[in-house]
Amino acid sequence: MSDLLTIENLKTYFFKKKKVIPAVDGVDLKIKKGETIALVGESGCGKSLTSLSIMRLVPKPGGEIVEGKVNLDGVDLTKLTENEMCKVRGRDVSMIFQEPMTSLNPVLTIGEQLIEVIINHQKVSRPKAREKSIELLKIVGFSRAEEIMKDFPHRLSGGMRQRVMIAIALSCNPKLLIADEPTTALDVTIQAQILELMKGLTKEFDTSILLITHDLGVVSELAERVVVMYGGQVVEEAPIDSILNNPYHPYTDGLIQSVPSLTGEIKELHTIKGNVPSPDQFPKGCRFAPRCHKAFDRCFNEHPDLKAISDSCSVRCFLYEDKQEEEEYNV
Amino acid sequence: MSKVLEKEILEKESAGEPKQEILRVTDLKKYFPIKSGVLQKTVGHIKAVDGISFSINKGETLGIVGESGCGKSTAGRTIIRLEEPTEGKILFKGKDISHMKEKELRKQVRREIQMIFQDPYASLNPRKTLGSTIVEPLNEYNLYGNQKQRLERVGELLETVGLDSSYSNRYPHEFSGGQRQRIGIARTLALDPEVIIADEAVSALDVSIQAQVINLMQRLQEEFELTYMFISHDLSVVRHISDKVAVMYLGKIMEIADKNSLYEEPMHPYTQALLSAVPVPKKHGATQRERITLKGDIPNPANPPKGCVFCTRCPAAMDICREVQPILKTKKENHSVACHLFE
Ligand SMILES: Nc1ncnc2c1ncn2[C@@H]1O[C@H](COP(=O)(O)OP(=O)(O)OP(=O)(O)O)[C@@H](O)[C@H]1O
Ligand SMILES: Nc1ncnc2c1ncn2[C@@H]1O[C@H](COP(=O)(O)OP(=O)(O)OP(=O)(O)O)[C@@H](O)[C@H]1O
Ligand code: SF4
Ligand SMILES: [Mg+2]
Ligand SMILES: [Mg+2]
Repeated sequence: MSDLLTIENLKTYFFKKKKVIPAVDGVDLKIKKGETIALVGESGCGKSLTSLSIMRLVPKPGGEIVEGKVNLDGVDLTKLTENEMCKVRGRDVSMIFQEPMTSLNPVLTIGEQLIEVIINHQKVSRPKAREKSIELLKIVGFSRAEEIMKDFPHRLSGGMRQRVMIAIALSCNPKLLIADEPTTALDVTIQAQILELMKGLTKEFDTSILLITHDLGVVSELAERVVVMYGGQVVEEAPIDSILNNPYHPYTDGLIQSVPSLTGEIKELHTIKGNVPSPDQFPKGCRFAPRCHKAFDRCFNEHPDLKAISDSCSVRCFLYEDKQEEEEYNV
Repeated sequence: MSKVLEKEILEKESAGEPKQEILRVTDLKKYFPIKSGVLQKTVGHIKAVDGISFSINKGETLGIVGESGCGKSTAGRTIIRLEEPTEGKILFKGKDISHMKEKELRKQVRREIQMIFQDPYASLNPRKTLGSTIVEPLNEYNLYGNQKQRLERVGELLETVGLDSSYSNRYPHEFSGGQRQRIGIARTLALDPEVIIADEAVSALDVSIQAQVINLMQRLQEEFELTYMFISHDLSVVRHISDKVAVMYLGKIMEIADKNSLYEEPMHPYTQALLSAVPVPKKHGATQRERITLKGDIPNPANPPKGCVFCTRCPAAMDICREVQPILKTKKENHSVACHLFE
């Protein structure tokens, strides 16, 4: 399988007064065709901003992509003009957000919104677009699709709105779907419906998904590989199985162990001491060092690089330097 | 049986004394009027809480779970008497407080039952230092002698929740979400409450910070024999922190039981669906329950279905369910369920 999306050394900074805020600071990421990748990490680590950078929707003024490549199917999105990028959005990449109400137009019916998106991106007649809209609503699980077409967003529940958003996002068969906390605001029984739906997408349409979530259960359900971010950088990247059962980075390990389990076997939750650092105050060495219980001298003075330690796992941590050298000797 | 468990049971037995009931709620209802027209006539009611009953023993935690809008917060707010109950009784240490006047409440109850909210920021005044925020309730109730002693107490409280006492000169915006939640807890503790109602107290926090706050709440519970009513939509967190758990749906309790009994042998079809819907991180050994997918959305609480309120979505619904409302009945030791399947 070939890579659909390749992000190389992406840096997205904010410039506020005299301050430079390195919110996304050298992110590398790859997604294959039909693959689902999960981006996890604590609030403020740069997950949303990474995805907004792909879409070229970085908040202005102040925010800017300062370095790096975002290659989608051979095209570097960072080099496109705004006009060209407009065509890419919706057609090649679509995004669904946490709060569907804010991204739906309250004064237009669901049908009008769907039809508009389809006509904007595809050269089809209105009746054809209408037909396609109904079909899409059925795909996302509305049995009364014709009636939903005439409804206004406020008449729908949160789960229904999120399904409409997915229908809009899918309307032009994007190659990549970015889902930023798509189920966080939903109840678990409704979340289950949406997860089922998203699973179907990758199978049926070979859509690649970049899933942003803090819920490891949701990750388990959808993603094959996980990218863990901390302080604007990727600190570990590995298959889900490895992340959950054999995490390398001390931060990943802490993260996994701080989640209470539904089966209730954990007596006392593990905690990571301290707080998430704010991007304008990253420490000098490893950004996790002040909170890391395995940190040693070097961690406070040098900044570790993200390095591959096996075919499928990469980690940014000095604890695994030896391992990398061993591997190098072996080849 | 694990060693830890064995030890716990032994300790419980040797402690000997029967657990003391601190809070009992019977058939509590809270209806909100729906008004319409120019005259604002009442045209109906939202049955936010519709006849719930339970009791909590001192030092224990009752978890309340259920989907958005099922009445968890309203239940908490009514028990703490921020809302006037429509019907039913609230017994706090044997005393009926359901219709107590505000003056009496302040004298007898307000100090002893406190609430922690989801968003600590909203309840902290951004223009006040932590010190003056936390000292406020102490002044209000005239506790701990003079101002100097009160400020000492504030320092102590901050240290109890794991913050530096020197922070008392700082403002809320200088703190992270987890720290602000600790400040909220410190303020709640200022009045030495016996019961704390925590409404989604950790829901907005990152997991690593959430774990810190949960551990803190558990430590404080042990230290001060606090009683918690822990409201959350996160079933894993609730299992972790609770002794007993009540599952609500559309204003009613569907099932209430000791936590292990509830999570391992859920009886109500709604509880089963709810538990099966939670995605489980697939660590080695972890198993995902076979998923029961519910169709449709939660009905409108202004117009709940006739019979069992869950009948419109229940995969096991029978004719009787659409006619007769099932009553919450004890079916096993410490395990009650409201469902016709078990009649
Ligand atoms: N408009 C802005 N101006 C300045 N800084 C910003 C702006 N938007 C985001 N940031 C900063 O960029 C960092 C990354 O933000 P981002 O929204 O990507 O975080 P996130 O990982 O998605 O977090 P969450 O889980 O809370 O959604 C944060 O520290 C944030 O404070
Ligand atoms: N002051 C009010 N006036 C009218 N209706 C209300 C009021 N407060 C709550 N309700 C309604 O009562 C029902 C229960 O609401 P409540 O906030 O108790 O639910 P909840 O279980 O806490 O939900 P969530 O998980 O979303 O916090 C809802 O239908 C809500 O719209
Ligand atoms: S590099 Fe050092 S401080 Fe950073 S995570 Fe690894 S051990 Fe911890
Ligand atoms: Mg985000
Ligand atoms: Mg609530």
